[in-house]
Amino acid sequence: MEPSILINQLTLNYGPVEVLKKLDLDVPKGEFLVLLGSSGCGKSTLLNCIAGLLEPTDGQIHINGRNVTWEEPSRRGIGMVFQSYALYPQMTVEKNLTFGLKNAKVPRNEIAERVARAAGILQIEPLLKRRPSALSGGQRQRVAIGRALVRDVDVFLFDEPLSNLDAKLRAELRVEIKRLHQNLGNTMIYVTHDQVEAMTLADRIAIMRGGEIMQLASPSEIYNLPVNKYVASFIGSPSMNFFEAVLGQGEIKLKELSFPQQDYQWSSEQRSGQVWFGVRPEHVVSGDALGKCKTQFDVVVDMVEPMGSETLVWAKLAGEPFRFRLDGQTRIVKGDTVRVGFDLSLASMFDAQTERRI
Amino acid sequence: MIGPRGMKPVRRLSPRNVIIYGTLTILALYYLLPLYVMVVTSLKGMPEIRMGNIFAPPVELTFEPWIQAWAHTCTGLSCDGLSRGFFNSVKITIPSVIVSIAVASVNGYALANWRFKGADIFFTILIIGAFIPYQVMIYPMVILLREMGLYGSLGGLVLVHTVFGMPILTLLFRNYFSSLPEELFKAARVDGAGFWSIYFNIMLPMSLPIFVVAIILQVTGIWNDFLFGVIFTRPENYPMTVQLNNIVNSVQGVKEYNVNMAATVLTGLVPLAIYFASGKLFVRGIAAGAVKG
Repeated sequence: MEPSILINQLTLNYGPVEVLKKLDLDVPKGEFLVLLGSSGCGKSTLLNCIAGLLEPTDGQIHINGRNVTWEEPSRRGIGMVFQSYALYPQMTVEKNLTFGLKNAKVPRNEIAERVARAAGILQIEPLLKRRPSALSGGQRQRVAIGRALVRDVDVFLFDEPLSNLDAKLRAELRVEIKRLHQNLGNTMIYVTHDQVEAMTLADRIAIMRGGEIMQLASPSEIYNLPVNKYVASFIGSPSMNFFEAVLGQGEIKLKELSFPQQDYQWSSEQRSGQVWFGVRPEHVVSGDALGKCKTQFDVVVDMVEPMGSETLVWAKLAGEPFRFRLDGQTRIVKGDTVRVGFDLSLASMFDAQTERRI
Repeated sequence: MIGPRGMKPVRRLSPRNVIIYGTLTILALYYLLPLYVMVVTSLKGMPEIRMGNIFAPPVELTFEPWIQAWAHTCTGLSCDGLSRGFFNSVKITIPSVIVSIAVASVNGYALANWRFKGADIFFTILIIGAFIPYQVMIYPMVILLREMGLYGSLGGLVLVHTVFGMPILTLLFRNYFSSLPEELFKAARVDGAGFWSIYFNIMLPMSLPIFVVAIILQVTGIWNDFLFGVIFTRPENYPMTVQLNNIVNSVQGVKEYNVNMAATVLTGLVPLAIYFASGKLFVRGIAAGAVKG
């Protein structure tokens, strides 16, 4: 398929600081791409470059097959939604929606048509005559999405649009954005630091760190087969347990523990040496489910965090902290000994030096 | 169930309150006393003033000195009172305030939102301008105005006020526009608005408070100006402050203290009215201009 957005060797420096490092990215038409990373990783900078609000030091940006590197933001065929909504406070909702169209000299009847359509999709018709100050947070964000919608563009850019909302509203609007994408089929690029948003919304996730994309893959691939230790620890909550381990003679040795390598899903040829062994808390099982597990051991409970639907247990394994999840109905207290195990095919291993997946 | 419960009782006559309010009252009296003397003196006739009781309220209330000061008192050869100076000051202040604020607000907007090449150097130069004493620039300014053919005219003085108001006003507007959310500006750019469209449609409607502050600063500053008024204009164009000085300091004939006092209060009335009308906004303006860098 023809790429909707193609980014070629994009570099941006603030003086000596490299914010984006020769970044390549292509996004097929209709894809929902999430840029995910902790603050300062360059994800918002990349989005602003695509929007034309920041000038790159080097590299090219193509949108819909057109080189827009030197184009004004308004002429790139994009709509953008900001974290702080960025609604014009002195204008009514309707004026907010039509401001861009008037600037683009769109005929009046077409403006009315587009506003009516966007208002219908987002269910903001009753709000059209109000000022932004008279709207709730969720309504404001809906209007901000509407402002991108009326522009009738192929590419939507979202800059942490839900971060200012409370948890309940965030979950609601998340679903709405996903539905919007399914109905419109536009290309969407969505910046967030919230991994739940990323996992639920994305067709593909780009995990960024230090101005580079670490991994660009589907949510399930990022979750199950993280390419390096950073991605593995970044995705998943609570995050993956890591242990120093040694590979050799067909075995994985975690200090006193050792188990056979045979079930592990190898990603490289490496079969020996120092490694990081990682297992997600939710992949650790106990009780009846233990039957199929080849790797089993006893741990002593240090601390228990009950969360209702599940219970998070802190223990120690091979001298390192070890977290795992148990069913919420399990009665367990500090000092208990629990027999737990995991399926090795769900574990991850990373080279101790390069931290790459093996 | 005994002991303290609920709201803590307030002691109005605590030593702390006595000291605070006592000091404030004394200081307020100290500052208000001269104003009192001025107003009282301006309402007395000359015989009463010669008796020397400057704090006594007028026995025979008269408004004659006020009329005299406004319409009949003499400076030099003309005897049409302070009114001429008042209207000169109005003619100087209104265009100076409008032009300086219009230019400075665009300056501040450009500096805050459009990071053009050399913006920092431009801003630094402007700020240094705020620290150079005016006296240093008077002579070059006189020559400049002479060469432009504006020396002595009201237009020349308007230009001088606009130029000298620029550093502090630009700083004021830049700080204000910088404090507005940057995403608004970005959203407007995505919406295809240009430099002027963003300024007029987005920034201006949000900036009423800072414009009020700037107007207050400029009106009071320009109205109270004496130095530029006396240097850059001819006698027929003298602003009110200069004319007041000429009335009060004239050495011929009898010193009419009541007329002088009335003339002084009249001159101070415009800034005074502005201070009273604006109140909090003026304090905010001073803080915005002085504290933020």
